[in-house]
Amino acid sequence: MQKCMLGKKIGMTQIFTDDGKLIPVTVIQAGPVSVIQKKTVETDGYCALKVGFEDISEKKVNKPMKGQFEKAGIKPKRFIREFRLENIDAYEVGQEIKVEDMFREGDKIDVSGISKGKGYQGTVKRFGTSRGRESHGSQYHRGVGSMGANSDPSRVFKGKKMPGHMGVDKVTVQNLTVVRVDADRGLMLVKGAVPGPRGGVVAIKDSVKA
Amino acid sequence: MDIIKAIEQEQLKKDVPDFSIGDYVRVNVKVKEGNRERIQAFEGTVIAKKGSGISETFTVRKISYGVGVERIFPVHSPRVAGIEVIRKGKVRRAKLYYLRERVGKSAKVKTKLE
Repeated sequence: MQKCMLGKKIGMTQIFTDDGKLIPVTVIQAGPVSVIQKKTVETDGYCALKVGFEDISEKKVNKPMKGQFEKAGIKPKRFIREFRLENIDAYEVGQEIKVEDMFREGDKIDVSGISKGKGYQGTVKRFGTSRGRESHGSQYHRGVGSMGANSDPSRVFKGKKMPGHMGVDKVTVQNLTVVRVDADRGLMLVKGAVPGPRGGVVAIKDSVKA
Repeated sequence: MDIIKAIEQEQLKKDVPDFSIGDYVRVNVKVKEGNRERIQAFEGTVIAKKGSGISETFTVRKISYGVGVERIFPVHSPRVAGIEVIRKGKVRRAKLYYLRERVGKSAKVKTKLE
């Protein structure tokens, strides 16, 4: 991994490409992020970049957090994430990284976010299991289905798909394309959908598949 | 939300002529052939307009060699070089899908007299 960025999902819209195709895009308010700490193999055993995103008032941070920000010489941030980059020589503690420094049009990226909460859901919605027929006296509509065999094994196997809480998971969408980088407004337009609600924080990395 | 609106606004064409349902129009479409670009015209009656903002489209119907042909164009597409209104139509519907079942004289839209 060489690139990282934090952002806020603003919403979706459509834009025209040069060849006249109307493509769906997600608008992300990406960065700027500030480097809080550089983790190196010598000191921490691995190489990573700790960055903060979005300024908040000094009153909102507690003392241990405040110490971190003061050490880096930056304003307090709302979101802090660590990215394991291969090479962090190019970055300095306290440095502000903008979208245009990291990503360019046409880059392939992975975007992670916290998915929207769906509440307690059955297996049809949660796992996409098939549904029984609604009519002709079926009496079996959206049920869980068989729990498994009877006296052998005499138990329900672990991982059996059952109803439960859905959503509010960390979800990563791989291999999205950066359609446009708007340096003036700090925006990034990504082709396709991105997990999470509008205003949700997303982590952007270069694609593992690229 | 304002950012979304601003992004859409930037892409909207400002010089879209005022045309309505039933109008006979000529749509100039940019066609790419290899690395050469030329303009091809498509003439016909506007039978529907759908959507709003960046996703607004309109449907043009014409009879070509006895076969009905319909094309749907996005109003703000960069491929659509221009729209010319040739004749104003006098219609009482927002969607002229009834023209599909008609042939000959009954498939004509009356001209609006200014």
